[in-house]
Amino acid sequence: MSTPPAPIDTITRSVAVAEARQRRRPFRPRRMLLGLAGVLTFLLIWEIASRTGLVGPTYLPPASVSVLTMFTNAGLSGFWVAVGQTITSWGLGMLLALALSVPLGVFIGLSPLLQKATRSTVEFLRPIPSVGLIPLAVLLFAVPLQQSLLIVTYGAFWQVFIQVLYGVADVDSVAMSTARSFGFTRWQRIRDVVFPTMLPYLLTGIRLAASVALILAITAELVIGTPGLGNQIALAKEAGLYASTYALVLATGLLGMIINVGVRALEHRLLGWHQSVRGEVAA
Amino acid sequence: MRKILTAIGFALALPVILILIWWLISLGTTSIFMPKPDQLLREFFETWVGDRFFTDVLPSLARFAIGTGVAIVFGILIGLLVGLSRNLRDYTEPIFEFFRAIPPPVLIPVFGLLIGVSDQMKVVVIAAGAIWPVLLNTIEGVRGVDSVQSETSRSYGIHGIARVRFQVMPAAAPSILAGVRQALPIGIILMVISEMFFSSSGLGFSIIQFQRRFAIPEMWSGILMLGLIGYAVSMIFKVVERRLLHWYYGLKDIENAA
Repeated sequence: MSTPPAPIDTITRSVAVAEARQRRRPFRPRRMLLGLAGVLTFLLIWEIASRTGLVGPTYLPPASVSVLTMFTNAGLSGFWVAVGQTITSWGLGMLLALALSVPLGVFIGLSPLLQKATRSTVEFLRPIPSVGLIPLAVLLFAVPLQQSLLIVTYGAFWQVFIQVLYGVADVDSVAMSTARSFGFTRWQRIRDVVFPTMLPYLLTGIRLAASVALILAITAELVIGTPGLGNQIALAKEAGLYASTYALVLATGLLGMIINVGVRALEHRLLGWHQSVRGEVAA
Repeated sequence: MRKILTAIGFALALPVILILIWWLISLGTTSIFMPKPDQLLREFFETWVGDRFFTDVLPSLARFAIGTGVAIVFGILIGLLVGLSRNLRDYTEPIFEFFRAIPPPVLIPVFGLLIGVSDQMKVVVIAAGAIWPVLLNTIEGVRGVDSVQSETSRSYGIHGIARVRFQVMPAAAPSILAGVRQALPIGIILMVISEMFFSSSGLGFSIIQFQRRFAIPEMWSGILMLGLIGYAVSMIFKVVERRLLHWYYGLKDIENAA
């Protein structure tokens, strides 16, 4: 972006200088180097712990071997099929959870009566650990994908639902009355008044739900044996392919990071107008 | 008095209606997957009051408490250390982000390899999974400490422990507690799954056993038990949070009123 040449005026000039400095700030090589050093230190400790036999080398293959195995895996189609399966149950679970929680949250959130009436039930159902539902899922559904979906959807649902409730509660009552007196229909009020207020909360909910859903998708694969990365980890361990086990664990971590970064980027895009994002840029 | 009664009415109405619906549906079916409410309640007391409470529920709770406790203590200590130094923060950030992104249940087979199958391993798994939200939120909280406050304490000669105790800790407390709140369900999840994996006792183990033996009402009662524990833990946390942060909520109430 090019700033138009500032007139020779101290105030405008210092503002321009400050702006230019601000734009440059995100690139901080020192920070990146330190971070890289941190990662290398971790890998080095791992390598040394394994090579010196501090931890049984059979059970903890050296970092170099595990990382190499990860790259070898990346060349195999079986690995990508497993990644695809995990992402499918993650994505479908998220979609289902969103489709259920957003309309329900808006509906309940807009009515103080309903909100009061549902509070105790929500407070009770929410803390039920969704892994407790694993045996239920196994009994109810024969198809592995459905078993995963039940667990993923249940876990993700509450994260989004609660945030939507908070978001709807945050709607300015003056704005709402104004919209009503201007004769907005119910649908218009939801779309033009409630939705923009709710959006930051909704995205927070999606961010929380995205990581919970991934945890649950992989857990279901690990425990029930639904095909996917989790199941691959269990299989590799059973088969005694320990380097492969660690490589797959590293891969799940990377997948988690990619999902986090993706959701953050989505948040930035959709909330460019919002204080929380604008504030972050300016700070 | 009327206020309290209506509040109780609102709290109970929906659960009562839901249980009634459930009861009506279960009357008509003979499906073994769906026990009747009264049957479930009877089964709940029969299963969990008595020996099982001491052989399964208490050990599970103990593992959860120790593991999460360790996670909270270490999370806060390391978080303070890292949060107070900018270099250390930059140094550890990518690696911490990576560890947080690893789904914690994946750690169960790994720690199973490294430590072997024991109570100790379950506690380590719980601690290793629950530490990240506490740790990262503590770092965030320490980083967000008001700089004017820091300058002031520096010019008054408040250093080291005293500064951490009286300035940094209170300022970071709201976000530390937010981290603890996220850590609790992770602790419960890991407690259950680590027992489902390898164990001879515990809630997770029992529930899987019931399911394999098609003891459906017992399995339901186990899920109910897990729900009650989750509910109790979140309630206890709420009370503790209110106590620790009463000044903070007081401040917010004043701000909101203004």
